[in-house]
Amino acid sequence: MSQEFTLTDLKRILLEGAGADEGVDLDGDILDTEFENLGYESLALLETGSRIEREYGISLDDDIFADNLTPRSLLVAVNRLLPQSLPA
Amino acid sequence: MSIHPRSTVITGIGIATPSGFGVEDYWSATRIGKNAIGPVSRFDATGYDAKLAGEIADFSAPDHLPGRLIKQTDRMTQLALVATDAAFEDAGVKPGDVDEFDMGVVTASSAGGFEFGQNELKRLWSQGSQYVSAYQSFAWFYAVNSGQISIRNGIRGHSGVVVSDQAGGLDAIAQARRQIRKGSKLICSGGFDASICPWGWVAQQTNGHMSTSDDPDRAYLPFDSAARGYVAGEGGALLILEDAEAARARGARNVYGEIAGYGSTFDPKPGSGRESGLRRAIELALADAGLGPGDIDVVFADAVGVPELDRDEAAAISAVFGPYAVPVTAPKTMTGRLHAGASSVDVVAAVLSMREGLIPPTTNVTLAPEYDIDLVVGYPRTASVRAALVLARGIGGFNSALVVRGTP
Repeated sequence: MSQEFTLTDLKRILLEGAGADEGVDLDGDILDTEFENLGYESLALLETGSRIEREYGISLDDDIFADNLTPRSLLVAVNRLLPQSLPA
Repeated sequence: MSIHPRSTVITGIGIATPSGFGVEDYWSATRIGKNAIGPVSRFDATGYDAKLAGEIADFSAPDHLPGRLIKQTDRMTQLALVATDAAFEDAGVKPGDVDEFDMGVVTASSAGGFEFGQNELKRLWSQGSQYVSAYQSFAWFYAVNSGQISIRNGIRGHSGVVVSDQAGGLDAIAQARRQIRKGSKLICSGGFDASICPWGWVAQQTNGHMSTSDDPDRAYLPFDSAARGYVAGEGGALLILEDAEAARARGARNVYGEIAGYGSTFDPKPGSGRESGLRRAIELALADAGLGPGDIDVVFADAVGVPELDRDEAAAISAVFGPYAVPVTAPKTMTGRLHAGASSVDVVAAVLSMREGLIPPTTNVTLAPEYDIDLVVGYPRTASVRAALVLARGIGGFNSALVVRGTP
């Protein structure tokens, strides 16, 4: 079975781990908005990263959020680490 | 140049107690002696020695604070942040009105974010270290309220935190006054605790001073022959303290009173047979205020409800003021002991007593014949209150005394 890390997953994890600021609409077009502009500082991203790690059973580099400043970039980076689906 | 030290006044109050949220609610319940102690509802306390608490009902943090803050804060911090917002509003000051480096924050807490810590330890134990929240790095810490208040309100001046159990609420205010004397214009200060959770309960039970009664009207009876310990509560108060000149210059609408004097001492080693340090703390506070015993119109007692400590306190009060010479009260009999929060709440009660000319009662207590103090029991007492003394003692030997007086 293939597993994919989607924007929906990321939004859920952000909300569970760090909550959301008033005035930030996570349901809007946020793919290319930097996490910092969405109100998530380093500690919130640390929490988010550790939740992704334990939920998907993967290990993220310490600088994952330094290299990936937006949701779009993070989704690509995390999906690259997930086990590839096998042909049916 | 004036040689007089700057005067520090209270210009804003935020308060969160089992007797009410906000000055009006707190005072309307307190002035008539309404009991807020009841069975613990925040967790199942049936298996614990102490089964009663003073809980704050109907507080929903998401009604007051953004989601980002809720996830990273303990209930104690949520209460402190909301009280701080109320205090700023009461003072008529908005962040930005005062230069950020001229404002500071000094808070006290005796337990820190205990319930937050409990939940994270549970995860550590049952699920593993990767399940512990990144926010555990600060959310449990004693200093967390000073940190969160300063971030939320853009405060970047002299700040700090003190940890001295129940005495902390006074010690923080005293440190705030020192910062104002050094030149700060405004300091947010007060104490908060809120650890009505299983871990908080077992930790407190080890002191052996918690009442095991299950009758809310008979559980916490300081200075009574039936005294059998204290009931714990949650909450506290946050004050906006300002340099009197600065407050006048900005046209502050509320000036509740002046922090006129302060003294703190440490008890001698237990078993040494030497007198407790409380009397000396009172004398230091009076001397600092430049007042004599006859100038004090009411004493807000620490009133722990443990016979040997009550005896100590009554003896100290009688030694300084004389037998039955000054009204003494302990409105915390209605809320339970709020630890670091209690003494800053008592400072609020003291200035409200001045404002109304009414001393709130010590509830449910019948004064034991061995104590020669004029305890205000049963009903509130009308009185002209120009200066009040607030006492607080912390487990471990802390004694603090603070004098507030009306401003001319």
